[in-house]
Amino acid sequence: MTGLSVRQLRVVFDGFVAVDGVDLDVPSGDVRFIIGPNGAGKTTLIDAITGLAKAGGSVTFDGQELLGRKVHRIARLGVGRTFQNSTVFEELTVLQNLDIAAGWSRGPLTLLRRRTSVPPEVQHALETIRLTAARDQLAGTLPHGQKQWLEIGMLLVQNARLFLLDEPVAGMSHEERDATGQLLGELSRDHTVVVIEHDMDFLRRFARTVTVMHAGRILSEGTVAEVQADPRVQEVYLGHAMEAGNA
Amino acid sequence: MTMIQDAPITSNSSAAKAPRRFQALIGFGLAAVVLFGVAPVVLGDFRLSLLAKYLCMAIVAVGIGLAWGRGGMLTLGQGVFFGLGGYAMAMHLKLADAEPGQLPDFMQLYGQLDALPWWWKPFANPAFALAATVLLPMLVALLLGLLIFRRRVRGAYFAILSQALCAALAIFLIGQQGTTGGTNGLTDIQGFFGYDLNDPLNRRTVYFVVAAALLAVLGVAWQLMRSRYGELLVAVRDGEERVRFLGYDPANVKLVAYVVAAGMAGLAGALFVPAVGIISPALIGVVPSIEFVIGVAVGGRASLVGPALGAIAVAWARTALSERLPSAWTYFEGLLFILPVVFLPGGLASLAGFLRRRRAPEEVPA
Amino acid sequence: MTLVLSQLFTGISIGAVLLLIALGLSLTFGQMNVINMAHGELIAAGAYTVYVLQKVISGAGVSLLIALPVAFVIAGLMGVLIEVLLIRRLYARPLDTLLVTWGVSLILQQVFRDVFGAPNVQTKAPSLLTGSIHVTDDLVISSSRVFILVLALAAVVALTVGLRTTPLGRRIRAVVQNRDLAAVSGLATGRVDRLTFFIGSGLAGIAGVALTLIGPIGPTMGTNIIVNAFLVVVVGGIGQLKGTVIVAFTLGIVQSMVEYTTTVSVASVIVFVVIVAFLQWRPQGLFTLRTRSLA
Repeated sequence: MTGLSVRQLRVVFDGFVAVDGVDLDVPSGDVRFIIGPNGAGKTTLIDAITGLAKAGGSVTFDGQELLGRKVHRIARLGVGRTFQNSTVFEELTVLQNLDIAAGWSRGPLTLLRRRTSVPPEVQHALETIRLTAARDQLAGTLPHGQKQWLEIGMLLVQNARLFLLDEPVAGMSHEERDATGQLLGELSRDHTVVVIEHDMDFLRRFARTVTVMHAGRILSEGTVAEVQADPRVQEVYLGHAMEAGNA
Repeated sequence: MTMIQDAPITSNSSAAKAPRRFQALIGFGLAAVVLFGVAPVVLGDFRLSLLAKYLCMAIVAVGIGLAWGRGGMLTLGQGVFFGLGGYAMAMHLKLADAEPGQLPDFMQLYGQLDALPWWWKPFANPAFALAATVLLPMLVALLLGLLIFRRRVRGAYFAILSQALCAALAIFLIGQQGTTGGTNGLTDIQGFFGYDLNDPLNRRTVYFVVAAALLAVLGVAWQLMRSRYGELLVAVRDGEERVRFLGYDPANVKLVAYVVAAGMAGLAGALFVPAVGIISPALIGVVPSIEFVIGVAVGGRASLVGPALGAIAVAWARTALSERLPSAWTYFEGLLFILPVVFLPGGLASLAGFLRRRRAPEEVPA
Repeated sequence: MTLVLSQLFTGISIGAVLLLIALGLSLTFGQMNVINMAHGELIAAGAYTVYVLQKVISGAGVSLLIALPVAFVIAGLMGVLIEVLLIRRLYARPLDTLLVTWGVSLILQQVFRDVFGAPNVQTKAPSLLTGSIHVTDDLVISSSRVFILVLALAAVVALTVGLRTTPLGRRIRAVVQNRDLAAVSGLATGRVDRLTFFIGSGLAGIAGVALTLIGPIGPTMGTNIIVNAFLVVVVGGIGQLKGTVIVAFTLGIVQSMVEYTTTVSVASVIVFVVIVAFLQWRPQGLFTLRTRSLA
């Protein structure tokens, strides 16, 4: 099958079970939000999928098993991720950041030469993430929101087909959130997008489907409305957050 | 972020703004004029061969700038590669100096050996010896790098390990007196591929060879720094783990810079032998290895010419000061390690960039 | 058999010296991720303390006993000075700290040279420690080596108990395990750092006192032994005393065994190869604190 498929995933840190038998299917083209209280295992789930955390069970993407592969091999299979704190290369320009992200498959001869022109996919990404004007700026000088977009742009040129975004709109202004939401919508046309997010307002506006995690397990899954209606979800997590959101 | 990796050093000449080709050509031209035109005219034989020695230090420094300044690998063990290159060259020259069929002089002196050890024999061949001066250090760096970068040994761990290798090699060489000359090293080298090194004219020629080698090494570093690989190397320095998620294996990226730096150190060691006439454990141990780094720190670790100029300046200051005031020199050297690193982490190169920006503020990228 | 035992004891006593030096290093390295290259000169400071005290107090035994606490305080204060003046400024630049503290070590060496002279100096060992102990007829071990072993083990015990039971110890461990969390929880991490540096450097002073029993005292005495101590810390793992203890003794024994079967010269290379091989198996050292760290 295409898309992300997680079966009986289990991650244990020194006896602490962070992810406990998770089954998850994200078909391609979905925009899936994963929510849950702190410590529910959301980030660990992404860490396991991308090879950062050792895990048991099975994770396939477009039919390829991911578990047991090294981080950079998983990335080459089209799995890209961002981090809670943006991790762009601050000493390099926006263009250089994107060019590096686009380049793992380059041969030694290309690598040892200077970049003479902007590769088309990089140009396209610059437009998509609205950073064309900031092309030659050092990434470290970008405002927080634009750094997160640059991260998304790097996933684009990296040819990732699965985007795993860890709290992409945290710390963003309202306008930036809206723009990011639109960007996610555009992306979902040819990509599978998984977003970890705490922002309920953002979730209601841009999520297609939602998975709720709690204590390392999947608590509930469905559309935003379905999840909101689930009494178990209201009990452990959404209840007060939604009240706060509605207020 | 792992805590082991250092925060990036902001420097105007960092990869962000690669020097333009035009400027670079002028720079190389200028350097060539100074090295080939001015220096040989202005300096006497003695000073010129001192300069040749400093230029050897500069060649090592260019490699360290690449590995440490751009790649974040603080190598405290370049003496290993310098030594491998130096010994490879000196072994050949000793064999060439010896009478046909005779052992090199020091082997006869210690009198432990009847025949040349098997691992000396290939060095009688000039082509083999020349190739070995560069390839042997690169091979050792490749093996070591494969083993430690793949296992993500880095930062201070890497620095300590490279230093330990240095100590091990020096102790090893000292113990092998009969075959490597022990503490004395390989000394009293008379000829250089048929040319008598006692002849001042030939010593001048050696200087020209060293100067040409420095320009070549700068050219290699320049191309590596301005290339896509150079940008990738900076990315690995500042975010080794992040690069993995882009599909690269950072171990390979670091390996290239490390191996190239080792080759440069080997070349420098090989040229040091005819320029100075000796290679010994005292020149390649822990202390000289860390002293290679100081010029790089002073000149500007992440810049292209900073490390070379810094190394020359420090080596010159050492000669000038340590002869007259040995005690003052050590204090000065200690301060050289402390003050630039604490107060001017970008080295003198960042100072130059700062001045340039003050003079022409419109050059600052908008 | 006796030969093996005697080599074993040589190894253990090399290990004890390494341990005494590495204990302080591992404390400061674990705490601040900083390799203090001037640690060797703090050792020399401890050794010179004995030398100076013996000028004042004639009894070798008394002066040695007094030297232990005095050297601890002197070296400790020097360490704190280095921490406050330099290392503090370079927080988040651990590799630069390595270079800067090397500069400090050069300066201290020259100070020793200018004050005490470049040649090595000698101290008197107390008569109790000059003899040797006949375990069997063939197996003879020197009492000074036994003293160093006891001293090293006492330091380990004191440090372990101190870290476990005292409030300061608990603070040190909290900072080692999670500096940010400790700071957020209201711990004055700066003060903890300084105290850690004081203890770690003080241990170097004690190591210096011990070294006067088995070798000459000189300006560069620290540099020669420090490289292996660094290796012990790296191989032992950060912030774990048991790693340091095990690796110090293992390295000592391996070194003495290899030296016995080959030569000092060959042993230096073999030990290095063994360490690189070990790091293939445990790249983070023998024991590591597992924390959830992001890329």
